[in-house]
Amino acid sequence: MAKMFYEKKRGFKYAFIFLLPGLVLLITFIIIPFLSAFYLSFTNQRLISRLPTRFIGLDNYKKILGDDLFWKGLLNIFKFVIIVVPVQTAFALGLALLVNKRIKFTKIFRTVYFMPTVTTMVVVAVIWTFLYNPEGLINLFLQKISFGSWQTVDFIKNENWAFPAIMFMSIWQGVGFQMLIFLAGLQEIPISLYEAATIDGANNWQKFMKITLPQLKNTTAFVIISTTILAFRLFDQVKVMTDGGPNGATYTVVLHIYNMGFKRQYIGYASALTVVFFLLVLAISIIQRFLLKEEREVS
Amino acid sequence: MPTERSRKKLILIDKSISYTLMILLAAFFLFPLIYMISTSLNPDELDILKRMGSIKAFIPSPASLKNYSDVFARMPFLRFIFNSLLIVSSTVIAGLFVNSMMAFGLARFTFKGRKLLVSVIVALMIIPFETIAVPLLLMTNRFGWLDSYHVQIIPFIANPFYIFLFYQFFIGFPKALEEAALIDGASWFKIYWKIAMPLSKPILASVAILHFLMQWGFFLWPLMVTRGPEYRPLPVAMQVFFGQYPRDWGDIMAFATMMTAPILILFVVLQGQYVKSVSQTGIK
Repeated sequence: MAKMFYEKKRGFKYAFIFLLPGLVLLITFIIIPFLSAFYLSFTNQRLISRLPTRFIGLDNYKKILGDDLFWKGLLNIFKFVIIVVPVQTAFALGLALLVNKRIKFTKIFRTVYFMPTVTTMVVVAVIWTFLYNPEGLINLFLQKISFGSWQTVDFIKNENWAFPAIMFMSIWQGVGFQMLIFLAGLQEIPISLYEAATIDGANNWQKFMKITLPQLKNTTAFVIISTTILAFRLFDQVKVMTDGGPNGATYTVVLHIYNMGFKRQYIGYASALTVVFFLLVLAISIIQRFLLKEEREVS
Repeated sequence: MPTERSRKKLILIDKSISYTLMILLAAFFLFPLIYMISTSLNPDELDILKRMGSIKAFIPSPASLKNYSDVFARMPFLRFIFNSLLIVSSTVIAGLFVNSMMAFGLARFTFKGRKLLVSVIVALMIIPFETIAVPLLLMTNRFGWLDSYHVQIIPFIANPFYIFLFYQFFIGFPKALEEAALIDGASWFKIYWKIAMPLSKPILASVAILHFLMQWGFFLWPLMVTRGPEYRPLPVAMQVFFGQYPRDWGDIMAFATMMTAPILILFVVLQGQYVKSVSQTGIK
């Protein structure tokens, strides 16, 4: 009897009031804009225009094929992913192993390594622009450790150096976040596994390869996927430091969306870029999930 | 078998290597922040430029707060702080309600289409904001919302990721928890407010922290929708200020310090909770 009473009270009629505000907001500000990105990508919509919006089919997508700036931005993003994702992931794992040791003060170091992540990216970009100055600290440091053979570089304005400089800074800012994710993963590995390995006479390297890494598979997958997607979204630091320059060396896909959709107000064209961007992110996460899962099953 | 003495020696070596590494790394992560603060305290712009490439840059002498007063004199800095605080706190507070309520609705009720709705929420998590920024600009422009507070608040209250975090938490509650209350005639809202919310303090804190950090650093959207200093939040104000030539590094660093120091202090105070909330994002 009682059971029926409260089961009846669990229906949609009762849930509705809890779901309503969230549903309205999600539909209005995520689902509708998302769907309209697809619709708009087939039109010549401008932000403010006296001409009526026209349906132009695949013209925007054809235009993307011949849009050198888009391809430049995409190529840069791939460069960013290929370098930053493995370096940052390995660095983060190293940091996590270091601060996971059962020795004193590790909590303080954890806090310190995480500080850049708390610092707003725009601020980080400003500080590093200062450090990257030709007369700045980075040049001085490189000169000191190379015994004076380092040639001073204006990192931000140099076509070869601007992007590596942004990559380095991005790793500095973001690695603390991944470190904490790894740390959470490390702490879930049962100690008994290591104890058993010690009895079997395994050394530290063997323990790392046979226990730590396999046990961290899911965590590593998460870190790699999230870093890759963050890399695809690269915008803030580039906008502040170089605005895509010099000569397109730091141009990115999101910067292109911003320039086309906001600065030039080509809503239709920017929406097509946006759709392509979304499909790329979707494809990357599906491919990565697939590859990482396969690996998991094999081992 | 290693002897007790050689084992102790190995541990000692391992410890000293670990500490050396940790200290070097700490220096690597801290020096830009220390550099920011010390530069902000140097009132002499020429001196800053002269020192920027030397170790002396870390010790401002004479130190003064002149750059800080310059920032207030040159721009409505208090206005920017107010804007940021207002936008971020409204978004986070409203977000806590909306997202937890939606999650509660999904986790504690059984109705047709519930599972589908959960999958839709999970699917929405994959849409990056950059994908919807342009159509959202067109839409909010049509609403006449540009250059306002609400255009920076309302679209960011509901968030599928936070709904999902709450959902995972609420789904773990046993049914018996609310059954007694239901029999006693309590309303669902009362159950949500008096039972579920008090039990959810850890997840509330985590979501609040994550949401706060996201909104505090949010740059792309405010850059698109704010025109003048009136509704501009800190990151956009920083970028505009930074873009003015000639660059006054002392003032810029004072601005950066004022924007960063409160958050860093808050972070150190709430450290434990912080760590938990970040690790939470890794739970899949």
